[in-house]
Amino acid sequence: MTKKTKIKDLTNEEFLHYGSLSCAGCGAILTLRHALKALGPNTIVINSTGCMAVIMQMAVPKVPHFHVLFENGPAVMSGIEQALDILGKRDGTNLLVVAGDGGTADIGMGSLSGAVERGHDFIYLCYDNESYMNTGGQRSGTTPFGAATSTTPVGSVIKGENRPMEMRKDVPEIMIAHNTPYVATASIGYPLDLIDKVKKAATVRGPSYIHVFSSCPAGWRTEPRYSVKLAKLAVQTGFVILFEYENGKRTFQHLPKKRKPVREYLELQGRFKHLLGDEEAIAKMEEFVEKRLELAQG
Amino acid sequence: MTEQFFTGNRAAAEAARLARAQVVAAYPVTPQTSTVEYISQFVNNGEMEASIIRVESEHSALSAVVGASLVGARTFTASSSQGLQLMSEVLYFASGMRVPAVMCIANRTLSMPVNIWADHQDSMVNRDSGWIQIYAANAQEVFDNILQAYKICEDEKVLLPAMVCYDGFIVSHVAERMDVLTQEQADMFLPELNGSNRPLLDPKEPLQFGEVVYPDWYPDFEYKKHKALLESRKTMEDVAREYNELFDRPYGLVENHMVEDADIVFVGLGSLTSTTQWTVNELRENGESAGLLKIRVFRPFPDKEIIEVCRNAKVVAVIDRDIGYGTAGMLFPDVTRALYPLDERPKCLNFIVGLGGKDITPETIMKIHKIAEKALRGEEVETVNWPDARIYD
Repeated sequence: MTKKTKIKDLTNEEFLHYGSLSCAGCGAILTLRHALKALGPNTIVINSTGCMAVIMQMAVPKVPHFHVLFENGPAVMSGIEQALDILGKRDGTNLLVVAGDGGTADIGMGSLSGAVERGHDFIYLCYDNESYMNTGGQRSGTTPFGAATSTTPVGSVIKGENRPMEMRKDVPEIMIAHNTPYVATASIGYPLDLIDKVKKAATVRGPSYIHVFSSCPAGWRTEPRYSVKLAKLAVQTGFVILFEYENGKRTFQHLPKKRKPVREYLELQGRFKHLLGDEEAIAKMEEFVEKRLELAQG
Repeated sequence: MTEQFFTGNRAAAEAARLARAQVVAAYPVTPQTSTVEYISQFVNNGEMEASIIRVESEHSALSAVVGASLVGARTFTASSSQGLQLMSEVLYFASGMRVPAVMCIANRTLSMPVNIWADHQDSMVNRDSGWIQIYAANAQEVFDNILQAYKICEDEKVLLPAMVCYDGFIVSHVAERMDVLTQEQADMFLPELNGSNRPLLDPKEPLQFGEVVYPDWYPDFEYKKHKALLESRKTMEDVAREYNELFDRPYGLVENHMVEDADIVFVGLGSLTSTTQWTVNELRENGESAGLLKIRVFRPFPDKEIIEVCRNAKVVAVIDRDIGYGTAGMLFPDVTRALYPLDERPKCLNFIVGLGGKDITPETIMKIHKIAEKALRGEEVETVNWPDARIYD
């Protein structure tokens, strides 16, 4: 990464209107707020169905915004990109697709994979809150082990999502397998890092993919004041690894020097409450994050 | 104008080239595929300045078309059967966004069982998606209708997408003699797309698209879409008149053949109307009183034209190359609805034929005529008939 953005470098201009329809502590709206500060006004936003589409009703952006269907954001953007090129109207416009984890990892996977494989020049920003929050918090392909959602409730027999941690759909790795020119992970807990990554993505020719860990107080049953704290804790406990991938190389950001115990992250969230007494499950999680951190750093 | 020997799919590709479509997005599906193969050759040979997006599904094909259209490009896509069904969600998205996209459909039935041949099931089940639907009976009509469709859709009073449908294999793969316009002629008829007659995605003038509309306003949006489709017939008539003046080929919303004094009027669409027309000539030679009303434009539905012809008939035989399971063919209810307000109505019968590519021959039409004659004599007949299927008791 070249020059790092400092807080004093940030524009005071807001590209989203105050008083959006997001919940207090919403990570999704922060993701877009930061991304638009990085990109500026010469941007077209395509928004796959999800919380963001509803939020944007009131967050009237200062850039064109098109809420499309659940699964076709990258396909719509393919058409926009090709049309702007052939009409000679691209004019340095940033093309940004914003979607949640459901729209990305699940129903929109084909559309994303196709658009990336074809090499369209656009930025894809996934705000991952680890379930279908817009429909009330159902389990998605990125829901972590143990999380209680409305379709993986804590029952007397099965308690929360029981698919093993390592089986969770890892979209950044899928994007790396596509030879995507720029892939990064980010967290709303580290806004300057997120902004740097969005800026970098805008300079890359071809597709860029940024996966943003994005807290959801309503879905995770957490206090809104903990949203940013949780987004930091996820990184500090090793649940989320922040990295950039370009030219076949991976660099890491904000790696925990001394990893915090996962319990610190879990105990603030209602969705993991039932796990707190389960020492075996927590030990497994510690093992998982430790192993993944080691693996990531080679 | 040059005389050519082209298949329906080639005619469609030529029309897209002459219309100067700028973004083409498509996915292969039989029997549409060769349309986009031709376009790919045009582009790679430098004969057409367009971007082809070789998408990973039909759902994405139409999505890309909507995106391209919303920044001002003229677009083209093509589909058939399963592909059109996969696209179904996006059909409503496209018409709701009021994009003037043109798509050709090489009609094919829907699985299961698997069958790749012609019937109208695929486009008919999508008839209420807010698209203009035009049916072409031969390669010439495919060509003329695609060019006209662009002009109709792009009219600021319309701004709706259009499907130009033609029978798979029977039209898509059979080469016929036809006349192709020169680029100069096409340009004279179809000017460059004027993006300024509709809102576009433009950072210089930021607008929001595809937002929620709450119940109080929702009916207004729907009514406006419905009204635009209903009133597009006026634009269609103007465009057809202009096309005829320039190139001497007349088109109406319907085409009538020997209907003036006909006791029995066949009503149908697609290539089966050519066979029916031939059979009507035979019947007339034998002194029978029969005629044909061929529907070119199915959406908006040509109520007025149908009433005009059918009010004087005694029996109206509606030929459907599709079936609404559990009720009747899908053309039939529209015809009967149009005729219902009349004080004196003809007897309306429905004939389901040619499903899954079963040949519709003059004998098929003769069978239909026999049943219609029975009704004409006052004998009791079924309302919905399957004259070319084996009927199992």
